[in-house]
Amino acid sequence: MNERVPFPEQVVATPEVVERFGDLHPPFDRQAAVPEANRCLYCFDAPCTTACPTHIDVPSFIKKIASGNLSGSARTILDANILGASCSRACPVEVLCEGACVMHRYNKQPIQIARLQRFAMDALHESGAPLPFEPGPETGLAVALIGAGPASLACAAELRRRGIRADLYDARPLPGGLNTYGVAEYKLPLVESLREIEMLSQLGVEFHFETKVDAAGLAELERTHDAVFLGIGLGAIHQLGVAGEELAGVTNALDLIAGYKSGALTTVPERVVVVGAGNTAIDAAIASVRLGASEVHILYRRGQEQMSAFTFEYQHAKDEGVKFLWHVQPTGIRGDGVVKGLELTRVAGTEDGSIVPEKDSAFVLEADLIVLSIGQATHANFLSGSSSSGSSSAFGKIQLERGRIVIDRATGQTSQPKFFAGGDCTNGGREVVDAVADGKRAGIGIAGWLGVQHGKG
Amino acid sequence: MAKDRPTLASTFCGIECMNPFWLASAPPTNCGEQIMRAFDAGWGGAVWKTIGEPITNVSSRYSSIDWEGRRMMGFNNIELISDRPIEVNLQEIAEVKRRYPKHVVIASLMVESKRESWHEIVQRAEDAGADGLELNFGCPHGMSERGMGSAVGQVPEYCEQITGWVKEKARTPVIVKLTPNISDIRVAARAAKQGGADALSAINTINSITGIDLDTFQPNPNVDGKSSHGGYCGPAVKPIALNMVQQIQADATSALPLSGIGGIGSWRDAAEFILLGCSTVQVCTAAMHYGYRIVEDMQDGLLNWMAEKGFATIEDFRGLSLPNVHEWKQLNLNYQIVARIHEDLCIGCQLCYTACWDGAHQCIHLDRTSPAPDTTRTPKMVEAESARRISTTPIPKLDSGTSGRTNAITPLERIPRVDEHHCVGCNLCSLVCPVENCITMERIDKDLPFESWEERVAKGLVATGTGEVMSTNT
Repeated sequence: MNERVPFPEQVVATPEVVERFGDLHPPFDRQAAVPEANRCLYCFDAPCTTACPTHIDVPSFIKKIASGNLSGSARTILDANILGASCSRACPVEVLCEGACVMHRYNKQPIQIARLQRFAMDALHESGAPLPFEPGPETGLAVALIGAGPASLACAAELRRRGIRADLYDARPLPGGLNTYGVAEYKLPLVESLREIEMLSQLGVEFHFETKVDAAGLAELERTHDAVFLGIGLGAIHQLGVAGEELAGVTNALDLIAGYKSGALTTVPERVVVVGAGNTAIDAAIASVRLGASEVHILYRRGQEQMSAFTFEYQHAKDEGVKFLWHVQPTGIRGDGVVKGLELTRVAGTEDGSIVPEKDSAFVLEADLIVLSIGQATHANFLSGSSSSGSSSAFGKIQLERGRIVIDRATGQTSQPKFFAGGDCTNGGREVVDAVADGKRAGIGIAGWLGVQHGKG
Repeated sequence: MAKDRPTLASTFCGIECMNPFWLASAPPTNCGEQIMRAFDAGWGGAVWKTIGEPITNVSSRYSSIDWEGRRMMGFNNIELISDRPIEVNLQEIAEVKRRYPKHVVIASLMVESKRESWHEIVQRAEDAGADGLELNFGCPHGMSERGMGSAVGQVPEYCEQITGWVKEKARTPVIVKLTPNISDIRVAARAAKQGGADALSAINTINSITGIDLDTFQPNPNVDGKSSHGGYCGPAVKPIALNMVQQIQADATSALPLSGIGGIGSWRDAAEFILLGCSTVQVCTAAMHYGYRIVEDMQDGLLNWMAEKGFATIEDFRGLSLPNVHEWKQLNLNYQIVARIHEDLCIGCQLCYTACWDGAHQCIHLDRTSPAPDTTRTPKMVEAESARRISTTPIPKLDSGTSGRTNAITPLERIPRVDEHHCVGCNLCSLVCPVENCITMERIDKDLPFESWEERVAKGLVATGTGEVMSTNT
């Protein structure tokens, strides 16, 4: 067990990627962090803490930076959010903690909470100190966690701190899910995600990589464990369903991002078209710019006001030179073996929310690479158990709603008591910090359901 | 309003001053070259760094206290008097006076406690051209171990005797510099006055240890791993100095023309010392921190303030605040104020709420949204409620309604409410509030007649208790 290679050492940084995807928000140095920390008012029942899905005690960890208690600061962060380093980089703080800062109402810049949080976490990692928690006394209980993304990792941490065995199963060769493979590199470098999970492994989480859990496998895990946590995220990215989608040069946003982060992809062709206007689409479009494309378009069938990307992400994409085409719908892909262009029709929204094509508005946008980012399917089929060998497992009856697993928000418990769930598979796709919060609540929920109430180590 | 530009010129115990800003006896007045540069920058006077038998200093010799990013809020030194020969100092005094005849040069003196020694140094300093003499009875470190400095200032008999010796010889005004390292500064002031001093200066530095290095366990300043108590000064000591200045000036047996010292760094500080009766002020730490140039704003700011208030000279406002400082028993018990939170300015930090609960009198509540006032919820209960709330990242497409969330207006549940019936008017909330004028203290006593504790006792309304109660400050 101890002979394994630490996660960060299992990847090799690609020089092109390192150079092209430098920090979007450079780290603080001490000379900047301490005055910024002292600017914090130390609000009572602080709005930033309430706005954080994991409820990090923001004023406390900032106070500790101000006083020079950096290890205490890191512990305060990790106690609420075991992936505090990733979240300090990946969180859309503009709509969370920093967005809630009372300084906005005083015509002042909000406290730079994310950069302070990263400062504390970096200091912990650089100090070489271990994770400031220990596993609880072993209870003999065991929980299987499917997927090694933020939700499962957070859940596993809570379980281990209460002495419950946590067996994590993931289809990929490395842990972290979207943290490792799906967040833009200039926000969260792959190696940083792994560095954090490496620390977490000190709690004794058992990882099982490159292990696909199918219905039969799940039934087996249900039998051999005291509870099962589903942190399975979302499935494949949707297809357009138009002719030519099979051509070389059609890919999806997650593959593109995972590709360049892992070093498998170091360049893209001249003209890139990204279909969809969510935060992932923005990440893919900016990545295309940085990977060498000279012309990058984002297409969306609705208007700017309906896009799911945050306003600051949209602004960032524009700043990087991404062009936006609103109210257009792809109708076909042209090419001869490889992609040459995308057939588009202008559309108009109607009062009932549907979209109707405008007459004679078809045109072709030339492209060498088409990146689809139009939402992801769910794992509903996998859970329905229909493909399993007629097992009588409970998960076949887990209640779903629009493909999402229905849970009790406070505990993460599904309609089948032995099954808990959290993260994207329950909320349809939100931020890392939401997955961490779900996983944390589920970990506490599972422990409570299993009758383990004692305090955390 | 005075029509003409006011003047900073004044007279201090017979010494003509072009302005009241003097450099205190310290490193900034170590030599003639420095003092001439200071005069060029605008300082009206300088008290020459104490002349006596040259000493050997240690290194390091300074340390300081930082406060939330601001450097040197409190400053400490274990430097002794001049390390230069008496002869050199006296020659340079003569040189400075020759070139700057209108600027004030005071010679700070410290010699062993012998009549002849004092007579000799007084004679030599005056012959060099000093406009006055300042007797250093305050230096708290090093020199006191040799029977000088605060070793003299702390014993009224010595203080009076040596002042007397100096007065036997002196032709120029004699200023006695007092140490604050004493339980009642007026005792030393009275002794100096008794000895014939023409003026006083206060305060000298306060005994201190500024801090300990938490890695090496060595106190600051570090002299080869060891340290010693030093003299504390800088912005941190101003309130202590103001109190001592007031005590001296309010006491007829102590009061003399006074040069105020202690944490003065701006015209505002200077104005406060003058309002308590000082005629000049002496500056050291601020000049050590920022250089001589700070005097420009000190002069300019004070003149502008004087013009605004209609004061033509320093004498017009000197001591004006003295009648407003009283003993506690003379304060009006019938004057009542309460805190009022201005909702339009409140940013919802709730520092006033938790400060009032934990640090004061539990009169501020968070119940603006509940139908009936709930005064039973403690801060702990409030925090527990919000900790249980489940929040998620708002995503415009998924959460219609949250995207329009605005931070411009503080939500009602975050704006605390003052229970005015219970508010004791202690003022803590308005002190912790980070927003100017957001919490104001409003008078609610409906102009009841003035009544003090003293009067109540006189009327027999209250028992006097133990009779004379000791107070450290009366």
